[in-house]
Amino acid sequence: MKKIRIGSGAGYAGDRLEPSIELIKKGNIDYICYECLAERTIAIAQQNKLKDPSKGYNELLEYRMEKALPTAFKHGVKIITNMGAANPESAAEVVRTIAMKYNLKGLKIAAVTGDNVYDNLNQYMDLEIWETGQKLKELDGEIISANAYLGIDGIVEALRQGADVVLTGRVSDPALFLAPLVYEFDWSTDDYDKMGKGTLIGHLLECAGQITGGYYADPGKKDVNELWNLGFPLAEVDEEGNALITKVQGTGGRVIVDTCKEQIVYEIHDPENYLTPDCIADFSHVRVKQIADDVVHVSGATGKQKTDHYKVSLGYKDCFIGEGEISYGGPNCLERAKLALDIVKKRLAIQNVVLDEERYDIIGINSLFNDNQDQYQSPREVRIRVAGRTKSKADAIKVGNEVETLYTNGPAGGGGATKGVSEIISVASILIPKEDITSHVVIKEVL
Amino acid sequence: MKLWEIAHSRTGDKGNISNISLIVYNPEDYETVKEKVTAEVVKEHFKHFVQGDVRRYELPGIQALNFVMYGALGGGVTRSLAMDKHGKALSSFLLDLEL
Repeated sequence: MKKIRIGSGAGYAGDRLEPSIELIKKGNIDYICYECLAERTIAIAQQNKLKDPSKGYNELLEYRMEKALPTAFKHGVKIITNMGAANPESAAEVVRTIAMKYNLKGLKIAAVTGDNVYDNLNQYMDLEIWETGQKLKELDGEIISANAYLGIDGIVEALRQGADVVLTGRVSDPALFLAPLVYEFDWSTDDYDKMGKGTLIGHLLECAGQITGGYYADPGKKDVNELWNLGFPLAEVDEEGNALITKVQGTGGRVIVDTCKEQIVYEIHDPENYLTPDCIADFSHVRVKQIADDVVHVSGATGKQKTDHYKVSLGYKDCFIGEGEISYGGPNCLERAKLALDIVKKRLAIQNVVLDEERYDIIGINSLFNDNQDQYQSPREVRIRVAGRTKSKADAIKVGNEVETLYTNGPAGGGGATKGVSEIISVASILIPKEDITSHVVIKEVL
Repeated sequence: MKLWEIAHSRTGDKGNISNISLIVYNPEDYETVKEKVTAEVVKEHFKHFVQGDVRRYELPGIQALNFVMYGALGGGVTRSLAMDKHGKALSSFLLDLEL
């Protein structure tokens, strides 16, 4: 039976590079997929493209491809990635330049586009925003990007045209992994059982180290060997869509049923109805079995017919967040921290700083879990953190300033003050009809 | 006994919704956890966070539960004022639950 081996090269935009090179060299893989687009990343990339039309792709693209491209070429491994972000065409040009430098003759590089619907937004102004229920035209803030989560179509087409490297903008994360399975096994895209199985494999691989022991360790309870040297996963998939999840021997981490279980459930909401552009996947009866050290067999996923809509993620200029922090230590430090927070609160009020929302945390006490500050005793050291949201940048700046001035005006022994202001690009979603979008593939060849 | 003794957990997020898994180490504990860690119990435990509903889903094949908490992340990762904007640490808070 034909089998395909797919490696996972990155679980987020800034992920480590070496584990993917290790996979290409020693994993005996056919494909490596780099998932590098978080919810808001593409909005920020779009702004970079506005400043310089040749930019807008993942900032680590050159760094990654300098190492991955010649290695993948040598080992006959195809690369699929959403590092194209807001500009897959320019990303393909960057990859072509690197390929020419290394004389990778005959290499075909594809750019998949079609996800950017920013220019057509006017027709969607009466649609409902999924998160809030209000109409899109009522959104409070300038929209700067609009990208549909595309499915596998463009990537599959690029592979059919012989692409060795595929660069996309926004596609669903599992699509990066499902597409090569559909292409290699010639699965029908109406075979929703297979689409569901392939989607599970994509879902398991898309966060890279999160299934090989990353994000899992809890010393003494859930130990992981050599976590500093974490290997990234690969799946060996058969034509029926069942898979073995494993990693390169000699790397750190572990692939066990428990690491796989954590990743199966990760962010799926309703296990019977995991919505993707290619199917509604059903993970509710997935099973896992350890069949050797660092080898887990995964089966039992299925799927249902896909919806008629694409989810479109809109980036918009929302607000400013001002922040400030300062630390206190030693005897009675918690009481000094509480006094510090009280001072900042009063100072912001008397200066008429208008905050739509504000937050007063004591790191070491309640910054993660929001509990009541009074139920804990003073630890060895604490750090206060004040954060405020406002439409006014000037007011946001004052938040950090009022924390910083605690140095000379606040409780005893405050140290290590930091402050900052961020312009917040938020994300809202709408659902648009699938027939509104066609994906396009452009191939560049290294001659 | 804390839930941490017999189960592990991982948190993910989508917008303002937190998604927390709960997985028992030993399949024999699955029924106990199903009985004791209900959506109501979890909503009460997370009352500082959750403004909306808490729904519980079951994955019997891997002895796991999945809790989906609406209105749980201060507006979500792109605009939350929290230090942990994803709510990644909430899995540890769930495991702090006394059984």
